[in-house]
This record gives sequence, C-alpha cells and structure tokens, in this order.
Amino acid sequence: MDKKGRVPVREQAPEVRAKNFEEVCYGYNREEAMLEATRCLNCKKPRCVSACPVSINIPEFIMHVKEGDVEAAGRTIARDSALPAVCGRVCPQETQCEGSCILGLRGEPVSIGKLERFVADTNRQQGISFDEKEPANGIKVGVVGSGPAGLTAAGDLAKKGYDVTIFEALHEPGGVLVYGIPEFRLPKEEVVKSEVEGVKKLGVKLETNVIIGRTVTLEELIEEEGFKAFFIGSGAGLPKFMGIPGENANGVASANEFLTRNNLMKAYNPESDTPVMIGKCCVTVGGGNVAMDAARTALRLGSESHIVYRRSKEELPARAEEVHHAIEEGVKFDLLTNPVEILVDEKGWVRGIRCIRMELGEPDASGRRRPQEIPGSEFDIECDTVIMALGTSPNPLISSTTKGLEINKHKCLIVNEETGETTRSGIFAGGDAVTGAATVILAMGAGKTAAAGMDRYLKEKYLNK
Amino acid sequence: MYKIVSKKILAEGIYWMDIEAKRAAKAAQPGQFLIVRLDAKGERIPLTVCDIDREKGTLAIVYQVLGDSTRRMAALEVGDSFHDVVCPLGRPSELVDMSDEELSKLNILFIAGGVGTAPVYPQVKYLKERGFPADVIIGTKTKSTLIMEEEMKEVAKEVFVCTDDGTYGFHGMVTAMFDDLVKNRGKKYDLVVAIGPMIMMKFAAKETAKHNIKTIVSLNPIMVDGTGMCGACRVTVGDEVKFACVDGPEFDASLINFDEAMRRQAMYKSQEGQKMLRYEEGNTFKSSECAQGGAK
Repeated sequence: MDKKGRVPVREQAPEVRAKNFEEVCYGYNREEAMLEATRCLNCKKPRCVSACPVSINIPEFIMHVKEGDVEAAGRTIARDSALPAVCGRVCPQETQCEGSCILGLRGEPVSIGKLERFVADTNRQQGISFDEKEPANGIKVGVVGSGPAGLTAAGDLAKKGYDVTIFEALHEPGGVLVYGIPEFRLPKEEVVKSEVEGVKKLGVKLETNVIIGRTVTLEELIEEEGFKAFFIGSGAGLPKFMGIPGENANGVASANEFLTRNNLMKAYNPESDTPVMIGKCCVTVGGGNVAMDAARTALRLGSESHIVYRRSKEELPARAEEVHHAIEEGVKFDLLTNPVEILVDEKGWVRGIRCIRMELGEPDASGRRRPQEIPGSEFDIECDTVIMALGTSPNPLISSTTKGLEINKHKCLIVNEETGETTRSGIFAGGDAVTGAATVILAMGAGKTAAAGMDRYLKEKYLNK
Repeated sequence: MYKIVSKKILAEGIYWMDIEAKRAAKAAQPGQFLIVRLDAKGERIPLTVCDIDREKGTLAIVYQVLGDSTRRMAALEVGDSFHDVVCPLGRPSELVDMSDEELSKLNILFIAGGVGTAPVYPQVKYLKERGFPADVIIGTKTKSTLIMEEEMKEVAKEVFVCTDDGTYGFHGMVTAMFDDLVKNRGKKYDLVVAIGPMIMMKFAAKETAKHNIKTIVSLNPIMVDGTGMCGACRVTVGDEVKFACVDGPEFDASLINFDEAMRRQAMYKSQEGQKMLRYEEGNTFKSSECAQGGAK
C-alpha cells in the first residue's frame, strides 16, 4: 500500500447527517485499523508520545493493533488514559500526537486518534475493562467536578488505592462531555456513560447534585467527613457575553445554554421536556470548537446556520476536522466580521444582527494578527436566533468559599505546575479551572499530574513513605 | 433519588411537598432556591425553598400546576421520588446576614402574591425565630386560591389578606392593601420584600417607591442549570447584566428592568402551551411549523 496516505475513515454523508444527531464518523473496522497500524514506523524516539499530553505509549499500542491484539492495545492505553474513546474522538490530534508524527513530514501522519478510538470501542463492545488497582489504603479523597480532569484524577487515585468520591453539581457526570460536546461528535449513552462507568468500576463513588460552596463546602468535607485531600476540576463554565446593544433580546443565548438544552437535556428529542429556541436563521458568534458545535446543532434543528468570526479562516481556533465537517454540512462562514448590535423587533425578539467588516492588522503580543474594524462597512444579517460562543471563564464559587485558594486576574486557580497543588496545602487543581477554557486532553493531563502530586503528598503525610 | 415524605393540597392546583435531601437541608437558607427534575426525561424546574427541616433533612416546595411538568409533579405521591434535587442555589436573603441590632431597627413588610406566599413563609418564620416578627400582606385572586394563611399567622406579627374580587379580606390588590396600611392604619415600614408574579412585584415596587421604602424582590426568570453556567436567567440590574441564579434571586427592585424580565420570561410560552395542548387534545396541530419559526 501507499505509505503516504492514511486509510480513510467511513463517515455519514453530509446531506444525511446534517439532519440527524447520530455520530458523523463511523470509525475504523478491524481490517481498516490493522491496515492503518502497519503504517506506523515504530520510531525509537517516538515524537508522537512526547506530543501527547498524557504520554500514551503510542507505538506500543499500535503494534498490538497491527498484530490484531486489541485487548493488549487497550491495556497499553489504559496505563496513561482513562478516557480513550473520548480522546480518540475529540482531541485536536493535528496539533498533538499526529501533528508530530514523522510520517506527516512527507505525507499523512498515522491516524492515531482513530486507532485509539477503534481500540477503546472494540474493547467496550466486548465488555473488556482495565481495572487493576493497588490494595485499598483507607485514605479518603475528594474530586470536585466530573469532567475530563476530575474523571482522570479520580481514576488514577482509585488505582493507587485511595477511597475516592466525586462531587458533581449537575444531575449527570461528564462535565463538558455531556453538556457541551454534541451527540454527533461524542455519543453520550454508548461512549461517555461507559467511560464514566469504567471509572466507577475502579471503586470511585459519585455524588451528583452537590454544588461545592453551596450544598457543602470543602471545609465541611475536610473537618466533618474526614477527607484528606481534594482535586478541584470544576472547569470554566461561566459564559462571556459581548456587552453589545440588544444582547438580552429574546432569541439570544449563550452557547452553554443552547448546547446544555440540546446535549444534557436532549431538547432535540421531542420526548424530552426541555424546549429549545431555534428560528429560521441562526447566527453563531465565535470561531472555536464550541461555536462549531453550536452552529452544527442549529443546522440539525432545521435552521439556516451562520458562523460570524472576526478573524480569517486560518485563525479559526476550532479543530480542522470540525471546520471541514461544518462546511460540508452547509454552515455558512462570515469571516472577518464582528457583531456591533443585535437588532430587535417591536416585541423584543431578535430580527437580525448588525456586523462590521474587519481586516487583519499587525501581529499582537501573542503573535496573532489583530483584527480591526473597517470604518463604514456595517451591514445587517437577518436572523431570529443568535448564539454567543465567545469563550468561558472559571466560576468563582469554590475559590470564594474555600480559605487559602488564590486566583489570578482571569479568575483561574493558581497551582504549582509540577504537582498541581494550589496555594492551599492538600488541595490540588487542574483543567480549565486552572488554565481557562482549553481542551479535553489538556484537562486530562492536568488531572494526571495532580493525581500524582496528591499521591506523593498523601504518602508523605499519612503513609510515611 | 429524593423521596417525597409528605404532600398536601393547599388550594385547587397548588401543592406542598416535603422532599428528603439531607446535604441540602443542612445548608439551605431562607431566600435560596432549588431545582428539581422529575425523571430521566424531565426538565430542570427552579422552585424557591419554602421550608427547611434540618433535623428530618427535608425541604419543602410549593408549586401550582401551570404546565406539563407541574401537572406530572402533582401526580407524584408520598413515597415516590424526584430523580434530582439540587440545592441550595442563589444567595440567601440579605436578612440572614443582618445583625440583631440592624434587624431590631427595621419595620419589615412582606408582600406575597398568590403562590408567592409560600416562598415568603420561610423568611417570615426565620425573622420570628430571631425575635423580629414582620408584617405580611397576602394577595390572591379569590378566596379559594388563598394559601397558608394559618401558617403565616403563626410566624408573622400581623397578616393582612386581600383578594382581587373581595371574596375574603380586603377588597383589592396588594398595592391598594399597602396603600391602606400606610395611609389609613398608621403603619410605617423601612423595608419591603415582595415575592410573587413578576407583574405584581413590578407594581408593588412602584407603590413602595412612592414612599421611599427600600424594596427587595425575588426574581423568577427562565433557568436551565441554576449554577451560573448558561445565562438563561440574565436580568438587567442597574447598568449591569446579572445572572439571577448566582447573583440573585433577590435584587433591589428599584434597579430591575421589569419589562425586559417579563418579556424574557415569556420566551417559551407557545412551546409550553403546545405541550399542554398535546396532553389535553392529542397532537392535533402541525408542530414542526409552530415549534420552530412560529414560537414567538
């Protein structure tokens, strides 16, 4: 076979999938996966491993796939990752493992993500799980938040023998995996639920509907219930708005609201009690993965769907694959465009969005060319729904109700990068709560680092090791 | 799962339920709210905490059957469970933070409208427990929709009932009752807390403003998560956009843009109506057209 080209992956046809919520990508079957695995050169110094935030031994698991031993491949991945079926689907591999693959220099990199996904899906379908753990040490630790960071930290700590309880504010665990990322990218029932079950199989307890800082504080859990250490993985769930006129009109929602209604509350399903507002034309403001998810969801609900983004296509922060999928499905991109006002009818409903054309100026401190308005270039887009996908910041509830937790000017928790420990001894943190909105895999990496840091701290303090 | 340990019918279509929720009952304070979810397909419904029993570990909710979800809630019996209860949400009433000295200097009046009588109750009860009983106006459409008069009398200094149609108590709305109290009965108040339908809170606050009395209202906008992550409940307070679920639900009435709040509250009205119609008459209309473009 041609070593330069990767084995293509089967997908739902764009015109079909634009009308349903089923997963876009079908993934590899056994033959395709084994064939793709033969492309790996099994490098001595694998660049892919160092580019993976949780350092999965990629050549080793791919070698097992090549030999057809999917269970062994799963065991290799499980050493470093608790959520392979999720990461194989949602990681931006093009900037991580696959972006560093040596084959990518002269052709296409190995489809590491799709292979990881194949391994995880196959083992799940066969009922194979990897839950070896050290004997219980009787030390009680807590995890705040059941998103990717919290699930990873909880899984790692349980494997080390700790008695772990996760506290989750919503009624279902998974964080952004359940409320944010849509069904058509990440199936909830088959994938997310079973990955959460996998963590529970390690003995991790889960308390849903508990808001740390309101229902109970960390102080109470430490003083009254004997928790010895905590990992905070509470994410960055506070939505930003633009502050432009008309933003409180009926028909304007944050992407968090729109996606939560659809993903967590299943509003797209007529059987669900939760309604969702969608009109004939929906404009989503923003260019990240969340904006793509919102725009593609709006399309599937039957609306004409636009993305308005102030920079050009090259600067879109969303994953290349998702932008490509959105274009294929018929999402319209209005680039170098920025909203200045939301137009409102006499009854207080959105009737359009006034935008201004932008051009890219000199690079700013971050190296990105700064968009600037072109005077007098205002124009209106007629629409009846507007979704604001401008990013999120951490919720200050936990930091404001726990003594000794310091935050920076972005409201993010300050931690020691090597151990994940916050400014308060025994309390660790990671994921978006520390970095602001980032990716699933970075949150998992931070969960791993902090779990290792917690393990060292607890052993030193309570087990004299 | 969160067990229903008692159920009472307060008036036609108005129910009281005590629900077991141990962690939440320990933490809840007057003024805060909770979110319940009936079952796996249920929506998240915000309701004010109407009573707290820390020993039994229960919280009380009071609701009126208005739509499909409350209709299904009313069908639950003692021993049945809610799928989810999350509580406490929002900030406690600012009365909770006041010192005895501050409270002793205040003549406080609560104005309760309809089912809003229930969320007023825990605050009045709380003040009585601290030794500073307050006056209460209960306003309701007609005698048969009046709730919790006896319970309120036990915890308030004085209770004044008014009905829109004059079938019981003072004949008139809460605004007229308030006017009568301060003009004709020599009552003086330094602080008013008004809880009820948005329109009642708007007009009650307008009336109290005429007398320069600081007035607090408890807003009830559309909510989804109730923890500050979506902004469905955003309201304009003064020059700022606030999220009622985390910054409120209580705000200074003089700063609220009530018209915007009422408009946003009605956002899903036709979808709600369709859901009830579907239940009552079956699917007799073409929903794809109505539920989407026609939803306004």
